[in-house]
Amino acid sequence: MIDEKRRLLLKCTLATGAAGLAAGAGLISAPAFAATKPAQWPDDAFKQKNIDAATQALYGQTAVKSDKIEMNVPTIAENGAVVPVAVKTSLPDVTSIALMIEGNPYALAASFNIPQGTLPYVSNRFKMRKTSDVIALVMSGGKLYSTTKNVKVTIGGCGG
Amino acid sequence: MASSIRVRAIASDGVTDFKSLIRHPMDSGFVKDSKGKLIPPHYIKVVTVKWKDKTVFVADWGPAVSKDPYLEFKFKGGSKGDPLTVSWVDNEGQSDSMTAKIM
Amino acid sequence: MHKRVAMAAAVVIGVLSTGTAANASPQQDLQAFRNYFKTRFPDVAFDDYVNGPYALDKSLRAQWKSIMEFPPYAFALDEGKKLFHTPFKNGKTYADCFENGGVGVRQNYPYFDKKSGQIVTLELAINQCREKNGEKPLQYKKGKMAALSAYMSYMSRGKRFDIKVPDDPRALAAYRKGKEYFYSRHGQLGFSCASCHVQEAGKKVRAQLLAPALGIVASFPIYRSKWGSMGTLDRRFGGCNRNVRAKPFKAQSETYRDLEYFLTYMSNGLPVAGPGSRP
Repeated sequence: MIDEKRRLLLKCTLATGAAGLAAGAGLISAPAFAATKPAQWPDDAFKQKNIDAATQALYGQTAVKSDKIEMNVPTIAENGAVVPVAVKTSLPDVTSIALMIEGNPYALAASFNIPQGTLPYVSNRFKMRKTSDVIALVMSGGKLYSTTKNVKVTIGGCGG
Repeated sequence: MASSIRVRAIASDGVTDFKSLIRHPMDSGFVKDSKGKLIPPHYIKVVTVKWKDKTVFVADWGPAVSKDPYLEFKFKGGSKGDPLTVSWVDNEGQSDSMTAKIM
Repeated sequence: MHKRVAMAAAVVIGVLSTGTAANASPQQDLQAFRNYFKTRFPDVAFDDYVNGPYALDKSLRAQWKSIMEFPPYAFALDEGKKLFHTPFKNGKTYADCFENGGVGVRQNYPYFDKKSGQIVTLELAINQCREKNGEKPLQYKKGKMAALSAYMSYMSRGKRFDIKVPDDPRALAAYRKGKEYFYSRHGQLGFSCASCHVQEAGKKVRAQLLAPALGIVASFPIYRSKWGSMGTLDRRFGGCNRNVRAKPFKAQSETYRDLEYFLTYMSNGLPVAGPGSRP
C-alpha cells in the first residue's frame, strides 16, 4: 500500500522533475542528462558475487592494504537495513572510492567518482544481509588501496 | 508533487559539506512482499551532483544501498547562494532532479 | 516479627520492580517511577531519556547521530506540514481545531476530556477535527496520520510534557486502568510492558536494546528502520503485543489510550522530541 503510494509519488515527481520523463523520452542527448546516463554505470562490476572479482571488474587491479584509509562503521549494526558507512583517506590524488560488502548477494555496494576539488570523503547507508566484512577501496594516483572492517548484523529480536 | 530529493549544503572555510536524502524504495530484488512474492529490483543507479556547471560528485549505486538513501560528501569551493543540481536515474529509467542553493 | 519483615520486604520489592502500590496517587507514582530509573541508570541525564536506547549505548548512539545527519522522517515532516496547512473542503484547517493553531501543543496530549469522560490522544483529536469538518477519518497507525502527528510534534519540540489527571474520578480511573495494563502480564509469553521496559530496560532481547519506559513516548511518532516507514504509538503498541504473543487491541482502543495516558504522565517534565528515529 505504502509502496504503491510511493511509486505513484515517484511517477508524479517524474512528470514535474526538471530532468523528468520528458528528458528521458526525447532529449536523451541533452548535456544535463548525459551525465546521469545509466550506460556509465559499471554493470559488470555490480554483477560480481565476490570481492576479488568485483574489484577486478571495477578497477582492473588488486588492492594493497593501507592504514591511510579511515572507515567508520558500527561494530554491531542497529539494523541490517540501515548501516551507516563513512570513508575518508589521507591518500593523495584520489579519483574513486568504492564500498564492498562481502556477505551480500552482490559484493559491490557503491562506487563513487571523486573529481578534482572534491575531498576524498563519502558517507552512505547500506543494507547488509548478515555479519560480514565491509571493504573500502580507494584509487589514489592510479593505484588501488583498501581497508577492511567487520560489522556484526543480528536479526532484530523485537518485531512490530 | 514534492521533489524526491532533499538537500542540505553548507559552505564554510572554503569547503562545501553536501548532505542529501532521496525518497526511493531501493528494492534489492531479494525481498518478498506480504504475499510471498518477490519484489522486483527497483533502485537508483546513478546520482550526479553539479555545482554550477562542474560535476562535483557521481555515485554509482547498487541494490545494497538503503531505502530512502543518504549521501554525504565534501568539495572545495562553493559559497552561499551557489546553485547545486542533484539528479538521479534508476534501473526502471525513472529520474528526478532538483536545484538547491548552498547555505 | 518474621512476617512483618517479609511483608516490608515484599512492599520494597513491589515498589522497586513495579513503581508503586496500586492505589498510590499519580504524583507518587511519577516520583517513584523517576527515582527507579535514576537509581538504575545514574549516569543518564533526565532529558536524555527521550532518546530511548540511544541514551544507554555509545555505539548505538553513534549510529543514530550519523542517521540524524539527515533523519529518515524528513519526508514525513514535509508531508505532514503540507497536510496540516491544506484546507478541508469547507475551507477550515487543522489549525482551527487546536489551541494556538496547533503549534506547541503536543505536550498536553493525551488529555482527559470532561465531556466524553474519555482520554483524547493527539491522533484521536486529529480525526475528531477531520470529522467535525466533514472529512473521513484517517487510519491511525501510519501514513498521513503519522505524518500529521510528526509535524505537530516537531512544532512542539522542547516543550515539556504536562499531562494532567484532573480531580475527576473518571480521569483517575483511566489513569489507573492504563497503569494496571502496563504492569499486568499479557500474551502466551506472559510479559507485561514493565517486564521489558522497567525491569529489563537497558538489557537486550536478541540484538535489540530495551528502551526505558521513562520518556519512551516522547519521540513518537517514529521512523523505524524495521518498518522502513513511519508509525504512531498505536502501531508500536500493536507490535509489542504481538511480540509477547498477545492479540493487539484496535488502534485508539480505550486500553491503548489509557495506557498512553499513564505512560505520558510518567514522562511529565521531559521535552517533546518527536518525530524520532529508531531501529
